[in-house]
Amino acid sequence: MVPIRNIKCEKSRYAIDLVINGDPYSLVVKANALLLDVLREQLNFTGTKKGCELGDCGACTVLLDGKPVNSCLVLAVEADGQQVTTIEGLEKNGKLDPLQEAFINNAAIQCGFCTSGMILSAKALLSSNPHPTEQDVRKAISGNLCRCTGYVNIVKAVLSPAEQEKKS
Amino acid sequence: MKKLDYAVIGKSVPKIDARLKATGQALYVADLKFPNMLFGKVLRSPHAHARILRIDTSEAERLPGVKAVITHKDVPTKKYGISPARYDENIFCIEKARHVGDKVAAVVAIDEETTYRALKLIKVDYEVLPAVFDPIEALASGAPLVQEDYPGNINVEVHQSFGNVEEAFQHAYYVRKDTFLGHRTYHSPLEPHGSIAMWEDGKVTLYTSTQKPHYIQYYMAQEFDLPMGNVRVVAPFVGGGFGGKTGPTDLDFSSIVLSRMTDRPVKMLYDRSEMFAYNRGRHRLTMELSTGVDRDGNILGVHANFIMDGGAYTGNGIATAYYSGALLTLTYEFENYRYDMVRVYTNLPGCASMRGHGACHPRFALESQLDRIAQHLDMDPIEIRLKNLRKPNTVTVNDLRVNSCELKACIEKAKEVSGWDKTRGVPSKGHGIGLAVGSYVSGAGYPIYRTNLPHSVALIKVNEDGTLAILYTGAVDIGQGSNTVLCQMAAEAMGYKYENMKAVSADTERATHDFGAYSSRQTLMSGSAVKEAGEMIKAQILQMAGEMMNVDPMKLDCRDAIVFLKDDPCVQKGFGEVAREHFVKKGLLLGRGSYSPPKLGGKYKGATVGTSPAYSFATQVIELQIDMETGAITLKNAWDVHDSGMVINPALVEGQAHGGLYMGIGEAIWEEVRFDENGRILNPNLGEYRLPTALDLPMFHASTVESSDPAGPWGVKEVGEGATVPTEGAVANAVFDAIGVQIDSLPLTPEKIWRALMEKKHFHGT
Repeated sequence: MVPIRNIKCEKSRYAIDLVINGDPYSLVVKANALLLDVLREQLNFTGTKKGCELGDCGACTVLLDGKPVNSCLVLAVEADGQQVTTIEGLEKNGKLDPLQEAFINNAAIQCGFCTSGMILSAKALLSSNPHPTEQDVRKAISGNLCRCTGYVNIVKAVLSPAEQEKKS
Repeated sequence: MKKLDYAVIGKSVPKIDARLKATGQALYVADLKFPNMLFGKVLRSPHAHARILRIDTSEAERLPGVKAVITHKDVPTKKYGISPARYDENIFCIEKARHVGDKVAAVVAIDEETTYRALKLIKVDYEVLPAVFDPIEALASGAPLVQEDYPGNINVEVHQSFGNVEEAFQHAYYVRKDTFLGHRTYHSPLEPHGSIAMWEDGKVTLYTSTQKPHYIQYYMAQEFDLPMGNVRVVAPFVGGGFGGKTGPTDLDFSSIVLSRMTDRPVKMLYDRSEMFAYNRGRHRLTMELSTGVDRDGNILGVHANFIMDGGAYTGNGIATAYYSGALLTLTYEFENYRYDMVRVYTNLPGCASMRGHGACHPRFALESQLDRIAQHLDMDPIEIRLKNLRKPNTVTVNDLRVNSCELKACIEKAKEVSGWDKTRGVPSKGHGIGLAVGSYVSGAGYPIYRTNLPHSVALIKVNEDGTLAILYTGAVDIGQGSNTVLCQMAAEAMGYKYENMKAVSADTERATHDFGAYSSRQTLMSGSAVKEAGEMIKAQILQMAGEMMNVDPMKLDCRDAIVFLKDDPCVQKGFGEVAREHFVKKGLLLGRGSYSPPKLGGKYKGATVGTSPAYSFATQVIELQIDMETGAITLKNAWDVHDSGMVINPALVEGQAHGGLYMGIGEAIWEEVRFDENGRILNPNLGEYRLPTALDLPMFHASTVESSDPAGPWGVKEVGEGATVPTEGAVANAVFDAIGVQIDSLPLTPEKIWRALMEKKHFHGT
């Protein structure tokens, strides 16, 4: 649990600062507001999906200081002062992240509802382990459920940037 | 024509919406916001069976932020359902609640949090009634009555007889009778259902997470006495359906009512537990199956005698009741068949259609039984299947016409790629390999309600300079990729480029009529309409080009957006240039197409269910390892070999096969909706309803065999549901091979396997 630092509290509302996808946001949130709801409802980062609100499905995965979390299990106040990366933050200057390209080119996307969370969990893995094994990938995405793909093409997609590197 | 001759189809182009989904821009119902929008929520019964004596909404209405509270008194009381013969559901319960989670009232407020507070303030006085949760108990005399209009809790009865099974059994060398149990499973799409309704000038627009906009439009128009034209239904991006998003939900009805009352847009979403309460998943099924064979293993007759737990409402469970017997006849040729079935009401959430509608559990039973018969006859499971295999251009005993059928090629390829001969029969403790086959419709031959509307209609509009073509289709892309393959098909038929196509789909007003995404119908049926529309564009382009080039249009062709002289392909004109000229000289360049299936099926009662213009066939092989101490299964390998006709997009076909295997394996081993003794769901969440994770599964291997069906555009057939049909049977047969013990009930949990192993030890001392 991240300590809540220097937060002003008034009527159970807190002033917090988040850096989302590199941009600074100063917000007032309710004490019980979930990071997920603040992202989706207050700030319109709807790429973060709400699938279960219990931390089971992983559709709401975002990166908090680079680490994947279920944003439905994080209070917005807990994220105060931290860097949040949502799916909207991966595209840089009109260029997709190699992982996004990999998901597209490996037919790893069907209904798309798990995709945001899946890509972010995979992103966190590749940041710390750029050459994962199949088992590493499966472990890293084991908190992200996908009902469409059987994970086959998702695993291939996550392995593909390292394989591309080997080839070139 | 060979595959190589196609410019656009037969290729794994990236999905048309993949970029939107990879970047988080794709908008699903829950992501949509409208000015002045309110939020609604439904109050659900905590009791499985209870008379509603009084509902007091006054305190909830006084809560600041609450705009309205509604009960059955505020809505039409007309019963609805999926099939007119079984309309048995009201928007809100009138006299009694019939299952835990049944809909009792709804609130609308300024935000979601307020709706939850308001729900707690609604006071409902219930008189708890005795409830029944088991279909066999429900059939007993004196059992609590779930639906007053259905004595004995009998919802649907089917009795069909073809040939003479009794006589066949008399002549049989071996008749085997088993009783199998299929379990209750749930689709669990990642995206929960949601609806947003808004009214303008007496007309309503409903955004809803559905596979079937047309039917939802029809049901809403009926319930609210509106002309179809006053109801617009839009399915935005849909996060998976698997059959669970094929009927109207209480969200659809109540958001429409609440929006009319408040004159504001109203958004309503299910949470995960509400999805389980709505359910409409796979039926629990008791399957008494008898099969008679001669000394050589030829099937002489089959008798299927099933009891289905339908839950409290019918939905399209009436179709399931027929499908469960109808599709059993597809894979093997036999002359004598009897199907007896009773679908029973219980005080549990209603069951309906789920991927492989009606086919999966019965197929588990038949494929399991065949392996047992093979063992009895000392035959290889593949040998007994090859002996009885369906051949192309045949008619099943229950009057289903099969055109193309490459099941033999599927089995032979599956045998080869899985290394069957090397693995099967090699003694290795707890290691097993099993095979099963399946077949599925490529679109239902008849619509759900009686109508002579075409099944699919398509429109293609080319822009002024030919650099863009928009396909309008009522098909619904729920993730399977219909917009992608339909745009590929449109481009192929037009002689155009896939990259220049856009799709406008799944909108009853802005797109075209289509029955939607169910019964694996869109590639064949929507595709037929799209092909016709594309060909109409091409004909106009060639006509115009002929005039511009001063040649007979018959001598021209168009491919990849280039018009060329067939005899001298160097003589060319660009599609864009010709399209522009057409636009200037002749006006808007449009192509139209329409599809209705031919008249199909026999004349007996229920003969329409199971009919289809074409059937897919598949063979699956599962290899697994069982921990002899704990009974736990580790999947080692899974193969799907599919006859899905001509393949438009190989990557998407493989993706469907992967997904089919995934769902089938999950259901076979881990997934089950469970209830306590009061009818409450014990596991209405994705932690305890055990969807397989990436760690539970190996890589799957999907492939196809060369095939083409005359009924499909370019020879296409289905893949999406057929790939779930054989899986439970293949897993069960692999378990049988691994431990030599047969388990009759799904799912194949470690506990059941462990008990089977203990029993085997006890009786045989091994």
